[in-house]
Amino acid sequence: MTTSQLRARLSMPGPMRYANPLIRSTLLRHLLFAVVAGAGLFALTGALGPFRNYQLATVAAYLCATAGLTVLTGLNGQLSLGHGALMATGAYTVALTQNALADTGRVSGGYLLLSLALGVLVTVVAGTVIGAAAARLRGPYLAGVTLAVAVVVPALTTTFRGVFNSEQGLSVYLAPAPESLGLYFPYERWQAWIAIIGALLTLLLLGNLIHSRFGRHLRAVRDDEVAARLAGIHVGRTQVLAFVVSAGCAGLGGGLLAVLAQSVSPGAFSLTLSLYLLMAIVIGGLGSLAGALWGALLLVALPALTSTITDLADPSAAVAQRLDGNLSLAIFGVTLIVVVIAAPGGVQGLLRRVGRFVGARWRVPTGR
Amino acid sequence: MERFLFLTVDGLSRGAVYAAFALALVLIWRAARVVNFAQGAMAVATGYVAYSVTAATGSYWLGFLAALGGGLLLGAIVERGVMRFVDHRAPLNAVIVALGLILLIQAVLGMLYGNEFRPVATPFSRDPLTLGDLALLSRYDLFVFGAVGVMVLGLALLFTHTPVGLRMRASAFAPEVSRLLGVNVAGMLTLGWALAAAVGALAGLLVFPTELGLHPHAMDLVFVSAFTAAVVGGLDSPPGAVVGGLAVGLILSYVSGYVGSDITPLAVLVLLLAVLLLRPAGLFTIGKARQV
Repeated sequence: MTTSQLRARLSMPGPMRYANPLIRSTLLRHLLFAVVAGAGLFALTGALGPFRNYQLATVAAYLCATAGLTVLTGLNGQLSLGHGALMATGAYTVALTQNALADTGRVSGGYLLLSLALGVLVTVVAGTVIGAAAARLRGPYLAGVTLAVAVVVPALTTTFRGVFNSEQGLSVYLAPAPESLGLYFPYERWQAWIAIIGALLTLLLLGNLIHSRFGRHLRAVRDDEVAARLAGIHVGRTQVLAFVVSAGCAGLGGGLLAVLAQSVSPGAFSLTLSLYLLMAIVIGGLGSLAGALWGALLLVALPALTSTITDLADPSAAVAQRLDGNLSLAIFGVTLIVVVIAAPGGVQGLLRRVGRFVGARWRVPTGR
Repeated sequence: MERFLFLTVDGLSRGAVYAAFALALVLIWRAARVVNFAQGAMAVATGYVAYSVTAATGSYWLGFLAALGGGLLLGAIVERGVMRFVDHRAPLNAVIVALGLILLIQAVLGMLYGNEFRPVATPFSRDPLTLGDLALLSRYDLFVFGAVGVMVLGLALLFTHTPVGLRMRASAFAPEVSRLLGVNVAGMLTLGWALAAAVGALAGLLVFPTELGLHPHAMDLVFVSAFTAAVVGGLDSPPGAVVGGLAVGLILSYVSGYVGSDITPLAVLVLLLAVLLLRPAGLFTIGKARQV
């Protein structure tokens, strides 16, 4: 098969590529994928130790936020520097709800679901407000407003210190893993399950959303607003909806982070987190949810990797303290600049190119 | 009344700094159609230059000059080394690269100087001078007004009365035509970035002593306030940036004086949103609608 044939085949609408009618339905295919991935991850959590499970759970929590941000920035072209603040909204809502529920004696795991749902709901409301303003703004103006949100929201914890307890933040009450799982069930594995279910659900919903008519609207608005408007798309409504969906995902991600850390504090949701999220999806690859996955993996793996490297070099304690964190920050910054200038497709773009190259070489022509 | 007077003076002094910083943003916006989100981090870097030179020589003024020179150099490096290679057809690219610069600069500063607040010395006393019973400006406030005033005047003269200023305006306004007429457009762009970074450095030098001191994140909130000032004035208008800066300084001073200093960040956000939603082109620009 020549490259051009392959490209033509790849550019066909997704379901056409599959011969089996059962997986021609996007929803069924995604559902199948989610179930298989869920089963695989479920098995994986059993094989991993507590720390790895915790890392896996953190990846899943970040993935909710990066996937949402990919939909907003990658597919709709709206830049948000405020997603760290939206995650904080979700996290604080979960913390306050969980603690309020615990005060009234409602402590079982089922109530956690209620808290997380409330976290998403509150963040969606916040996202609607910001999104309504964002839909009227472009490029650097939108970036400026969302930057202000990212800086202001952590500062609010000091303004309303009675509720949010300033810099110290709040601890989050969490029920232990259900007794039916056994007395010695590792808590980190339970957390990983919660986070993985949240992330798979997010991916499933977003995956279907971006394959739907709404997804095409998103991309049309990104590529050419005037053309989209001429085609009968309500540009403003599409942009606000994209922000709302994306905010909901960030809220869930923040809520899950609160569950993982069992505490929330403004320091965890600073401007740097917002920059990290954006950076993750740019480096991962802006165009697809797979890019969001690479980004989330990077967010957890790179800091861990750099601290391993600094430990290996065995510097003195003072030097190590300064390198810790800052080194990965510097690597992230440089990578971000290089990716934007040299490889706009990010990790996923590179993989796709490699895949195409290998495919063109090795795939047996099917005659189609 | 006394309180009002005090808050007004304090607000104007703060506003002068925002004005200088907003001017730096406007300079780059006019030259390259880029909002330099890394401006704050760059100013912090020059602040550390001043800190090091002052610590080594014992002279505030040597540090001051070193920071301004460092600003010129840093601006030129950022333009020549990074921004020049960015594909500007998608406006998001320049913003994202600037964010990468923020992370990089803050990380390098954190590695070199650590993440603690470092107090910054002032060349003049910050105790207010008294006029009869009224406590008014401090000597340092006067220094801030003087420095920003000289800088604004200098820039105005540069852009309206010198050949270099004319070339810079021409290359920003019509790069192709300017190039045909023999103007070194690329050089003018670099000069624009260098000038803007030096202006940002000055703003940083003036603001650090009044905040908690030097810290890799010291300019985060100042940047947001200055961005608001630039938007209030309209990103295209240097006089607008100065007026916008003073206005934002006054508003924030009144809010923190009468309502509470904790609420000021929220006030910035509300102000920014209000201006963008009501008059997105800024209060001081007339004419063509913004096309971004």
